[in-house]
Amino acid sequence: MRKSEEAQVHVSHATSDTLLLTLKGSWKLQSGIPPFTEIEKTIESSTGIQQLTFDSQHVTSWDSGLVTFVLRVLTYCTQHRIEVDRTDLPEGVQRLVSLALAVPEQQGTRRLIPSESWLARFGKEVMVTLEGANAMIAFVGDASLAFWALLAGKARFRRSDLSLTIQECGIQALPIVSLISFLVGLILAFVGAVQLQQFGAHIYVADLVGLGMAREMGAMMTGIIMGGRTGAAFAAQLGTMRVNQEIDAMITLGLSPMEFLVLPRMLALSLMMPLLCLYADLMGILGGMVVGVTMLDLGFLQYFNQTQASLSLMDFFLGLVKSMVFGVLVAMAGCLRGMQCGNSSAAVGIAATSAVVTSIVFIVVSDSILTVIYNAIGV
Amino acid sequence: MVMNATPHISIENLTMAYGDFLIQRDLTFTINRGDIFIIMGGSGCGKSTLLRHLVGLKRPAKGDVRYEGESFWNAQPESRAGRMKQFGVLFQSGALWSSMTLAENVELPLAEYTNLTPDEIREIVSFKLALVGLAGFEEFYPNEISGGMQKRAGLARAMALDPEILFFDEPSAGLDPISSRRLDELILELRDSLGATVVIVTHELASIFAIGTNSVFLDAETKTMLAVGSPRMLLEESADHKIQTFLTRGDGKTEKADT
Repeated sequence: MRKSEEAQVHVSHATSDTLLLTLKGSWKLQSGIPPFTEIEKTIESSTGIQQLTFDSQHVTSWDSGLVTFVLRVLTYCTQHRIEVDRTDLPEGVQRLVSLALAVPEQQGTRRLIPSESWLARFGKEVMVTLEGANAMIAFVGDASLAFWALLAGKARFRRSDLSLTIQECGIQALPIVSLISFLVGLILAFVGAVQLQQFGAHIYVADLVGLGMAREMGAMMTGIIMGGRTGAAFAAQLGTMRVNQEIDAMITLGLSPMEFLVLPRMLALSLMMPLLCLYADLMGILGGMVVGVTMLDLGFLQYFNQTQASLSLMDFFLGLVKSMVFGVLVAMAGCLRGMQCGNSSAAVGIAATSAVVTSIVFIVVSDSILTVIYNAIGV
Repeated sequence: MVMNATPHISIENLTMAYGDFLIQRDLTFTINRGDIFIIMGGSGCGKSTLLRHLVGLKRPAKGDVRYEGESFWNAQPESRAGRMKQFGVLFQSGALWSSMTLAENVELPLAEYTNLTPDEIREIVSFKLALVGLAGFEEFYPNEISGGMQKRAGLARAMALDPEILFFDEPSAGLDPISSRRLDELILELRDSLGATVVIVTHELASIFAIGTNSVFLDAETKTMLAVGSPRMLLEESADHKIQTFLTRGDGKTEKADT
């Protein structure tokens, strides 16, 4: 852009008590507006200014940029009791400025966050938490009733929904579960190897990886993956259905959303989770084996035999029990947050986020409880 | 208007509230069999909430709704569920189940509540879709068709079980004037041929005067109903300023002076 096209402002003294702002060039938002601070400095440095006038003859074009500049000058001048003569501004600018000043800001329109005492806020939080707990218990009750109806053979849902969900949270989850559990096996092996190599006991890396994956990490990692993948998806699906009134439509037709929507999802996930977990166990052991064979100079058969010797079927079984529990919990968290979803698209996002957080909390808490129980009964 | 009409739905002393927040109170009116009953009022006055109370989605804070004299909200959940099977509800956006095709949407209630064979169900589904002008769209998913078509498909689903009462929540919202007029004609046609009672929540003046045989006017400020009667009668006879303003799009005074 040529120099003459740029928005420029010159401050000069017209008389001893009058300041003249000469505006030149193109005053457009996109080409930038000169800062007001310099004018402010000039006004402050010269005493006895009573009036301010504009000269806008050389303004080639303008938009809201000029108007906001003028408004800024006006606000400053009213604060410092300086009179402003607006008559030399372009006519459109004058009218827009008058329009903007026509309706003064309504008192009390600006939102102020009401200040409450910490006790009141704490009380409210407690109430909200209690309500949440109540809703959760009610949901668990409803889900159990639906499950009971299923056992009694009276539950109604579309078989095609169940198979579709099984496909979504089973087969389609295999790639991500493979990658993550393979890498977790790899990491376990590396961490173990650093310590065990010092004692020349690196063959025990096989035990470490095998036991770690089978008893704990396989179930935990699939749980967390499915929480982030499927739990969030459940919440988003059900939440969107609520926003679109699809769930209302179901209720008015006398179809229970608990049976039609929640039950197939919970069934699918709690059936698929142990399978995924078993698969993750094996992928993890494979990951450990890659480290063992390539970095620790262990033989393939040696590693395999060591793993086989250190693991019993019981170890796998304990992991599978965990994963089944995680499956139920993740499905429950996802469906609960979806069904509780508010009535806007933002609420769907919140529901999905909250489903992931709830799933992970459920997984870690139930995992520690189960680990303590396993320890207590000595398995 | 039918003079010797039999009451079908009676709303008794109904008060609606979300928690402490009062929506409407002391609503008492009757909807006769065969009526096309309009629930009207400005935005946010609780029209749709009233509909949710009528179809069993929200329990009233006080009062009751009676169908053919029988209490709806004080009844056992089973008998309420039985009553709800006689309803057909068309929600504002159609509320089609988005994971199912149009055919599956209409099919689901039929498959759940009848003992028809799959072939018979398929025939009925095609028939219902044809009624709303969607023949041939059986295998389309809701997101593949336009908003107006979604609404009509929603209507086909609402009619699946030949309901005694059809509820419409703002049927013409988001439709162009011609589609909206077609929907009005369809509603009239369905009322006449199925002998159904129709309850419509709307603030579309054209529809209100075109098809409404009776109506109730809800007011957001006083939080109660202001008048009951046929929309034309309200326009001619009501002295209430709010009703006049509403029914004449704000220039009530001049119109009154003209007549």
